[in-house]
Amino acid sequence: MAIWFARSRNLVSSLRHNLCTSTILIKRDYSHRPVLTTSHQLPSTVFSSPFVASLLRHESTAVEKQPDELVLHSDDQEEALQELDFPGGKVGYTSEMKFIPESSSRRVPCYRVLDEDGRIIPDNDFVPVKEKLAVRMYEQMATLQVMDHIFYEAQRQGRISFYLTSVGEEAINIASAAALSPDDIVLPQYREPGVLLWRGFTLEEFANQCFGNKADYGKGRQMPIHYGSNRLNYFTISSPIATQLPQAAGVGYSLKMEKKNACAVTFIGDGGTSEGDFHAGLNFAAVMEAPVVFICRNNGWAISTHISEQFRSDGIVVKGQAYGIRSIRVDGNDALAVYSAVRSAREMAVTEQRPVLIEAMTYRVGHHSTSDDSTKYRAADEIQYWKMSRNPVNRFRKWVEDNGWWSEEDESKLRSNARKQLLQAIQAAEKWEKQPLTELFNDVYDVKPKNLEEQELGLKELVEKQPQEYPPGFHV
Amino acid sequence: MSAILQGAGAATALSPFNSIDSNKLVAPSRSSLSVRSKRYIVAGSDGTNNKTFASSSLIARRSDPLIPNAVATKADTAASSTSSKSGHELLLFEALQEGLEEEMDRDPHVCVMGEDVGHYGGSYKVTKGLADKFGDLRVLDTPICENAFTGMGIGAAMTGLRPVIEGMNMGFLLLAFNQISNNCGMLHYTSGGQFTIPVVIRGPGGVGRQLGAEHSQRLESYFQSIPGIQMVACSTPYNAKGLMKAAIRSENPVILFEHVLLYNLKESIPDEDYICNLEEAEMVRPGEHITILTYSRMRYHVMQAAKTLVNKGYDPEVIDIRSLKPFDLHTIGNSVKKTHRVLIVEECMRTGGIGASLTAAINENFHDYLDAPVMCLSSQDVPTPYAGTLEEWTVVQPAQIVTAVEQLCQ
Repeated sequence: MAIWFARSRNLVSSLRHNLCTSTILIKRDYSHRPVLTTSHQLPSTVFSSPFVASLLRHESTAVEKQPDELVLHSDDQEEALQELDFPGGKVGYTSEMKFIPESSSRRVPCYRVLDEDGRIIPDNDFVPVKEKLAVRMYEQMATLQVMDHIFYEAQRQGRISFYLTSVGEEAINIASAAALSPDDIVLPQYREPGVLLWRGFTLEEFANQCFGNKADYGKGRQMPIHYGSNRLNYFTISSPIATQLPQAAGVGYSLKMEKKNACAVTFIGDGGTSEGDFHAGLNFAAVMEAPVVFICRNNGWAISTHISEQFRSDGIVVKGQAYGIRSIRVDGNDALAVYSAVRSAREMAVTEQRPVLIEAMTYRVGHHSTSDDSTKYRAADEIQYWKMSRNPVNRFRKWVEDNGWWSEEDESKLRSNARKQLLQAIQAAEKWEKQPLTELFNDVYDVKPKNLEEQELGLKELVEKQPQEYPPGFHV
Repeated sequence: MSAILQGAGAATALSPFNSIDSNKLVAPSRSSLSVRSKRYIVAGSDGTNNKTFASSSLIARRSDPLIPNAVATKADTAASSTSSKSGHELLLFEALQEGLEEEMDRDPHVCVMGEDVGHYGGSYKVTKGLADKFGDLRVLDTPICENAFTGMGIGAAMTGLRPVIEGMNMGFLLLAFNQISNNCGMLHYTSGGQFTIPVVIRGPGGVGRQLGAEHSQRLESYFQSIPGIQMVACSTPYNAKGLMKAAIRSENPVILFEHVLLYNLKESIPDEDYICNLEEAEMVRPGEHITILTYSRMRYHVMQAAKTLVNKGYDPEVIDIRSLKPFDLHTIGNSVKKTHRVLIVEECMRTGGIGASLTAAINENFHDYLDAPVMCLSSQDVPTPYAGTLEEWTVVQPAQIVTAVEQLCQ
């Protein structure tokens, strides 16, 4: 046994020498576990104190303190002592010309808590979730599923012009939201309505935005699914990809300046990481030491572009170190893993004033949007496989049910209630009158300037002169 | 589709400005009403030293509440023209810095971000000394990515700060176009008014001294179409400080265009707190025969031409339009109604520049008052060459302006 350990240690050290990128080995330290299992669900106010934060610190952060070794000084211990002085600090040198390989022999492993059958993997390291929170999380994930289904159908029926589902990504949506405090400012991309749902946006409010009616907070100015709520700290969604990343660095900067106990949380997909703004946003957040949590939903597809055509790196997690950002890869379909990771990341961001990168692995079960038919570029059985066997909602449900916190009856009641509420919301939103003409010209500036007043007057006159040319219900 | 009304007609009915009849404004520096003459030294802007110009400029309202309507400010100028006999002399970049510093003292939410703005003090020294006074976080040195720090400024503004974003050269802000157009200009509107973006984006632009095409961009042409933003151009230390302060206090995103060659202009400005109205044009030299509309550096070429024109017996009215978006059609309209001839002198390219838009606006609104077609002198549609002689020929020169006026006034 001892020999085996000794050999394995050598194996590990030589593995590390041969590994050309530092791997974050998640070591399990049993001494910490008793603290984790006995700690109870803490309200967010208590959670934010540094004392509690240290209790909940996970091993992945302890590992980070190990010196990361790039392979260059494989056999020259003495040479490592000789250093050169360059801008940026001292750097050891070697006379051996060796290129860092483009990829590591082993991909960065993925943190997960629940197995595919919804059972907690033994010897695990996670933030426990008690019944009330777990049930709420499950309910919201199921509600999100129903919402996506019904709004998608509404679009197909021609009642709304566009919709974008989050099917397959419910765990990321809800579990990340559950792990944040309401003061944390969220800058979404567009596949995160679950975060808004968690924070209290009602089904009616979702419907109003999709119909662009008078009750829409966006005042009918944006496409469906471009929700926004300053009250719930959820920035209005803007279509261009990745523009929210540098803005998140700015939000982090603002929170840092005002020394607030909050962080910025921003989402991006795998495709969005190709945008220049991804590089810019991460680099800035790192240099500024801004409290930002970057969550990348690696769902395998950017419309029809598979990730193999999007980048050649080992996903997104390896890019974190390139910017000096702590990062983790997480099973995005595992609600408990996402919850733990986001919770820890948030804590690190706020107490240590640094950005953190989370890559959540998942699969985009639905089409990119209602303007897309993904069967054109991917196999129907691939979609089916992820939909049925790797479904994050079912997986979490099994765990919740196994704990005796959820039943079949609860399930059917929840789904039928959600469905009914949504149908009613859609019917009401559809009938609600649309924005008047004045909203075309408001909010371009804080005060309407002369030229816009003139344009408004001109349009008004035109409409009043020929009302039959305009749809019924179109009013000034 | 929608017709722009003859808006000037509606506006003038409200205007107290009518009472200040321009017939009374005969000689430029002797007016007792709403103008005050100033002398200042133009240092090195035309490569010639020690040229002095007499110029007059309006004093804007001095009190804090910002009134966006250009009309209202004129009413106060008579009262305030007795102010500040004393003053202090400084260069334009110092005036910008003074304005910025005063606003940062006044409001802790104001911050600065850009490349080399911190301890280096900015490439044109506009932020000199600010990092020492306000700290490294409030005067932030950013990595080189214009789209990123513009986006960062927008995000910070949406959470309550008032960033002043500096582009090292306006041309580099082309890299920030996405953030400026799709987010800065739009998010207030698309969020239904839930989020405001009170940023100021500023930097030097225009044709300098042999800086090459990429460093001689006139971004006002490209940005003028973006809904939701305001654009102003400063040209004197007085209006530079005033516009900087007004821009920072504005709730809308404002782009402040400075000019590379005007930073060393010297002028004496008032000691007390003042701002310049963002939507207002500046009457530089009242006149009778022709309205010359210009802004930024071209103002000085126009004034130089004006000297020659006066010697030849012409009486040009020179207006520095200052507000590039929206145009101050009120001041411009009144002038057109008086002189019936318009010459626009700009540094933008012929196609799609500020002059092109201004020509269209004047034709639409004041067509009946024109005795001659609106003439616009602009740079040619070529990238700005490096060679000194070539560069000089792409910029409108005083001699051209004189010829154009003579032509229009035949």
